[in-house]
Amino acid sequence: MIRLTIDGKTTEVEKGTTLLHAARFLDIKIPTLCYHPLIKPFAACRLCVVEVKRSWGMELVPSCHATCQEGMQVFTDSPHVLSARRMVLELMLARWPNVPILRKYAAALGLEKARFSSPLRDEREDACVLCGLCVRACDEVVGASAISFAERGIGRHVSTPFNLESESCITCGACAHVCPTGYIKFEAEDHKGKPPELLLDPNTAIYMPTAQAVPKVPVIDRDSCIHFQTGGCQKCVEVCEPGAVNHQMVDEEIEVEVGQVLVAIGYDTFDPTPMAQYAYGRLDNVYTGLELERMLNSTGPTGGRVLLKNGKAPRAVGIIHCVGSRDENYHRYCSRVCCMYALKFAHLVKERSAAEIYNFYIDMRAFGKGYEEFYSRVLHEGANVIRGKVAEVVQAGWSKQEEGALLLRCEDTLIGRFREIPVDMVILCNAIEPRRDAEQVGRLFGLSRSPDGFFLERHPKLDPVATMTDGIFVAGCAQGPKDIPDVVAQASAAAARMLATISKGEVEIEPVRAEVMEEYCSGCRVCSALCPYSAISYVVEKKVSQVNSALCKGCGTCVAACPSGAMTGHGFTDRQINAELEGVLAV
Amino acid sequence: MSRNGHGFEPRIVGFLCNWCSYSGADLAGVSRMKSAPNLRIIRVMCSGRVDPSFILRAFQLGADGVLVAGCHLGDCHYQEGNAKALRRVVLLKRMLRDFGIDERRLRLEWISAAEGERFAAVSLEFTEQVRALGPLALARQEVVA
Repeated sequence: MIRLTIDGKTTEVEKGTTLLHAARFLDIKIPTLCYHPLIKPFAACRLCVVEVKRSWGMELVPSCHATCQEGMQVFTDSPHVLSARRMVLELMLARWPNVPILRKYAAALGLEKARFSSPLRDEREDACVLCGLCVRACDEVVGASAISFAERGIGRHVSTPFNLESESCITCGACAHVCPTGYIKFEAEDHKGKPPELLLDPNTAIYMPTAQAVPKVPVIDRDSCIHFQTGGCQKCVEVCEPGAVNHQMVDEEIEVEVGQVLVAIGYDTFDPTPMAQYAYGRLDNVYTGLELERMLNSTGPTGGRVLLKNGKAPRAVGIIHCVGSRDENYHRYCSRVCCMYALKFAHLVKERSAAEIYNFYIDMRAFGKGYEEFYSRVLHEGANVIRGKVAEVVQAGWSKQEEGALLLRCEDTLIGRFREIPVDMVILCNAIEPRRDAEQVGRLFGLSRSPDGFFLERHPKLDPVATMTDGIFVAGCAQGPKDIPDVVAQASAAAARMLATISKGEVEIEPVRAEVMEEYCSGCRVCSALCPYSAISYVVEKKVSQVNSALCKGCGTCVAACPSGAMTGHGFTDRQINAELEGVLAV
Repeated sequence: MSRNGHGFEPRIVGFLCNWCSYSGADLAGVSRMKSAPNLRIIRVMCSGRVDPSFILRAFQLGADGVLVAGCHLGDCHYQEGNAKALRRVVLLKRMLRDFGIDERRLRLEWISAAEGERFAAVSLEFTEQVRALGPLALARQEVVA
C-alpha cells in the first residue's frame, strides 16, 4: 500500500493506482474529457491536470495517467491548477463554443466564453472535440481498429481509412457509446439480439433474459457481443467484481441415462405476417397477443401501460380472435386459449386505459371453470363483442385531418351488417402451433403426430398421456393446444404414471415374444439377419438359433421368414393367425 | 350376402399392424368415420409378421381381397418391419399372377395411427375396387378341390 496526501487528505491506495482514481475515491472531483474508466488513459485533453509537489518545486501532471507514489503531496484545486484548466478550456471553447460538456466545465471554472477567435470555429453542439475516446475504444476495446485520426495539426479529424465505408467496422456502436459530445451517431438497422422485450425496447449484448429469470443471471448474446466478433473488449469481465463472466463457456452435451422421458416441448405461436389482411409487421400498432402481454407486464418496456408507438394512449383497441386458428388456410383446429386471454386483454386494457374495446370472435369458447362468469364480467365492464371475422385492417384517419389510425372492416353477423370500426391499436390472438422442431423430436422418440402436427397420444380417451413408444409420455401443448389448468392436469398425470413405474422397481414387458423350437431349427440363420434388435444369436454347439427374450420386442418378422417353421411368435403363432383367418372368413 | 351378380359384398381380409394401421382403424372408429364393413381385420404386431402364406391361405379360404397395412416407411415401431413386408408383397404379387389371381386383389398400404380418415378412405376404396373385380372364382374351385 502507498500513502499519499491529496488536498490535505491522507489516504492509502494500492500500487499502480492513478491519481484520478485516488482522488475520486476521496470524493474529490476532477474534470475529464478524454478519460474513460474502461479505456487506457491517454492524457490528451489535459483537463485533469493536478499539481504534485516535487523536490525541485511544483509540477503539473495529468491525473488520469500519473500513478500514486509514496509520500506524494497532490493539490487538485490550487490556483495554478485552475488557471491551467481554464486555459485549456478557453482554447477549446474558442474552437467549439457550443459543446455542452465543455460549457459545463467552463461554467464551473467561471468561464463564459473564450477571449480568442479561431478560424476553425465550429458552432455545432455535437462537434468532435478530438478526445480520441472513439479511436481508442475501437482499437483497444473492440479490436476492430476501424477508425483513427486522419491528417495532422489543424486538419486532424476522426475518420475511417480513406473516408470510405470500413470493412473492419462491426457496427458494435462502442464509438458512439463513448463519444462525450454525440458527434458519432449510431443508427441501428436491425433489431439483432433483442428478444426479451420483443423488439419493443433497445438492448445490450449482455442482459437478463427476463425480469424473473431463473436462474437470475444475465446471458450473453453471442451474435451481438463484441468479444465473439473481434476477440477484444471483455469489459464486462473487468467490471464484474465476483468474476462471474466467462466468455469461454461453451454448450456442453451431457449424457444422462434414463428409463422414461416426458416429452413436453411446448408450442410456437403462429406468425401472422402471411395474413396480409391483418397488416402485422406492415402497419404500426398491430401487435400479437404475446407482444401485448409484454406491454402489460409491469417490468415490460412501458412499465405496464398500454401505449401506442407515438407514446399516446389508445382511444380504441380491436382484439381479433382466431388469427390462424379455425381457418382452412392455416390451422383448422381451435387453439383453445385465445378466447379467454382475449377477454383478459379486454379487461386489462379497459382497466389501464380509457380505450373502447372491440372483441371480434367467431364463437366465444368460455369452456372452463369460471370462464363463462369471467366472460359476462367483461361484458358488464363495457367491452364490445362483435361476432364476425375481421376482413381487413387498413390505415385510415378517424377524421379527414388525422392520419395513421387504423380501421377494422368486418361483418357483424349478429345484426347482419357490414361494419367499419376505427381503432388505434389492433391485437391479433394468434394460433398455437406445434414446435418447429416437433418432427425431429418425434423421430427421435418414435412418436407419431396427428394431422395438426401435435404429438399423438396412445389413445385419445383411454390413454391420453402415454405414447406408442413404451416409457415415452407427452404433456402440455406438445400434445395439442390447451390452457394452463389442462396442462397442469396432464403433466401431473404423466408424472404419476412415470413415478408408478419407478416405485414398482420393475417393468412388465409384453408377453409377445419370439421363441425357437430347437427340434425344428436347421440353423440356417435367416432369422438373425432380419432381427433389428440383434436378439437372435446362433448357438454353435447345438447348431440352432436362440432368441434373447429381453431384447426381443416381438415384431414377428423372423417368425414370418423362418423357412422351417421353427420360430414361433407367442400370441401370434401361425396356428393362431390361421385360425383367425378361418374365423373371419367362415361367413 | 349374395356372392353373385348384384349385391356382391366382397370379403376382404386386412392384416393391420398393431402400432400404426390398427390404431388408425381404431381412430377411424373413435372418430365415427364411415369405413367398409367388408374388411375383416386381423391384428398383427408388425406388417413384417405377415407371412406370405397367410395371404395365400386367405385367398384359399375365400377372401376376395387382402389388405396389408403398416406404418409409413421410416416410421416402423420395429425399425424396419414394414420394409420387409414391402419386399414380400412385391414378390408375392408376381406369384399371384401365376396362381391366376388378379394382383389388384392384394394391396399394401401405409396408414399411420393418426390417419383414421385415410384408413376409412382406403377401406372404402379397396372394397369398391374388389367389388368391381368380382368374386374370386378360383378360390372356390380350390376349396372345392
